[in-house]
Amino acid sequence: MKFLRDLLDKQKPLFHKGGKLENLYYLYEAGETFLFTPNHTTNPRGAQIRDAIDLKRMMITVVIAMIPCLLFGIYNTGNMHYLAVGEAADFGDKFLLGAILVLPIVLVSYAAGGLVEAIFAVVRKHPINEGFLVTGMLIPLVVPATIPLWQVALATIFAVVIAKEVFGGTGMNILNVAMTARAFLYFAYPMQISGDQVWTYVGDKMPVDGFSGATALAVAYQAGQEGVTATSALASHNAGIMDDMFSFANMFFGFIPGSIGETSTLMALIGAAILILTGVASWKIIASAFGGAWLMGFVLELLAVNEYMAMPAHYHLVMGGIAFGIVFMATDPVSASQTETGKWIYGFMIGVLTVIIRVTNPAYPEGIMLAVLFMNVFAPLIDHYVVQANKKRRLQRATV
Amino acid sequence: MELFNLAIRSIFIDNMVFAYFLGMCSFLAVSKKVSTALGLGAAVIFVLSVTVPVNWLLNEFILKEGALAFLGEQFATIDLTFLRFIMFIAVIAAMVQLVEMIIEKFAPALYGSLGIFLPLIAVNCAILGGSLFMAGRDYTLAEAAVYGAGSGTGFFLAIVALAAIREKLKYSNVPNGLKGLGITMLITGLMGIAFMSFMGIDL
Repeated sequence: MKFLRDLLDKQKPLFHKGGKLENLYYLYEAGETFLFTPNHTTNPRGAQIRDAIDLKRMMITVVIAMIPCLLFGIYNTGNMHYLAVGEAADFGDKFLLGAILVLPIVLVSYAAGGLVEAIFAVVRKHPINEGFLVTGMLIPLVVPATIPLWQVALATIFAVVIAKEVFGGTGMNILNVAMTARAFLYFAYPMQISGDQVWTYVGDKMPVDGFSGATALAVAYQAGQEGVTATSALASHNAGIMDDMFSFANMFFGFIPGSIGETSTLMALIGAAILILTGVASWKIIASAFGGAWLMGFVLELLAVNEYMAMPAHYHLVMGGIAFGIVFMATDPVSASQTETGKWIYGFMIGVLTVIIRVTNPAYPEGIMLAVLFMNVFAPLIDHYVVQANKKRRLQRATV
Repeated sequence: MELFNLAIRSIFIDNMVFAYFLGMCSFLAVSKKVSTALGLGAAVIFVLSVTVPVNWLLNEFILKEGALAFLGEQFATIDLTFLRFIMFIAVIAAMVQLVEMIIEKFAPALYGSLGIFLPLIAVNCAILGGSLFMAGRDYTLAEAAVYGAGSGTGFFLAIVALAAIREKLKYSNVPNGLKGLGITMLITGLMGIAFMSFMGIDL
């Protein structure tokens, strides 16, 4: 520790005003505050204006909350691979293979995002902060393990530049950066991020006869089209290879194909607990989004036009990435609603829209991505009207 | 049910702004404040929901091939569809004049802030687009009325959402070169991605 501090102190004059490397000050500052607690709080006009804790601590909390998802995602990637090729493997093998597949994606996303962030910080003279640590971790968790690395880099760069830096950096964007990256990939390279083949890494080996890598959402949608009861279609999927693969418990724990970090509802809920306890994420958004999704699922269950709609509503809460999306994407304090009433509306609409898109839109098996983006667009409007209503109410109370 | 589906489709799925990129000029120019955007959006809803059915009548009984048959045998072969553009525009311009007078009388503040963009609704391509889509898709009168109101509402939602975002943008630190229209174009594109959530829904 002492050695690092000395090293940093020795370099300090170089980067300060008048020093040789004055232009690179923010790179130095980022390194210093990453290693040591800064001895000043962030400028009051900064992005963390809504809370007294430093922006850096807040962002690191989110990264910590994502670690359960990441570790489980690594394990599950290996797990799905050995299941698909029909080989027995112990925990270590699965984890190792998963790490070999997942860690490069994380590294590429960090490298690409960090590079863009550093260039913008130097040119536009704003401090680098841990915002990109969050984005750089979220992006790998919402893509399939088989994605080509150059696409990860491209999507990260696109999202960081177009969705964040053109607005002035962390805290000023309107859309969730990681969701923008995923939407970019989805519309630009649909082959690598949708369908049944991409979710499970097979490699050079041959998958077992009859193995289908389809996600639970795809299976349920198919059941709706063919008029088979959704729950039984889910239960009998991949029968013989892994019995009862899409049982409610399995989907809750996450031993199913899907994007790297999204499969496990349990891990997302552990993350949610960390975020709520530390006050980083709004429990109102999480609660109302789950509530909205369940309610919409329940309404559809009553209507039951096809078998997918007739599926029990609680299945919607564990299938696909809805838990991950609600916990880590919808609660993004920048792009979500800022007002307390607005958070209820915002979260509720995300849940409702997710289920509507899932059930009615054949183009997208999963709705959480676009539901979050859609509500990001309308969050400022919700806030505007909540504030206006509040003003009106208080004016009525005023007696002059 | 059919009409309800059409309304949903014209508001969200075939949104004038994000699916066809029509009406961009006023969409970009009058979205600096929510209150102004609200006024323009309401004016567009009104103009669209009046002009589309009126133009339907015009198209059905005068312009369409064989529409003049009710005048007599010798008119049955006349096809006046080449007059569509000019006739539709005439109806729209008349309607916009009416809206302008109403707004000037009852909401002078809004009239002032809308400025030149109020009379320019007449050449807003979303309005003419609405009438032309109506003619091209062979709607019935009821469908035309619903379609007009629906696509107006779609425009209204889009412009009010954009205005709220732009009000929030005051706290952002946009690079100098992108300030104003540049960043608004980018936001429009990002909003377009968000509206993609509804494309492909088959009602």
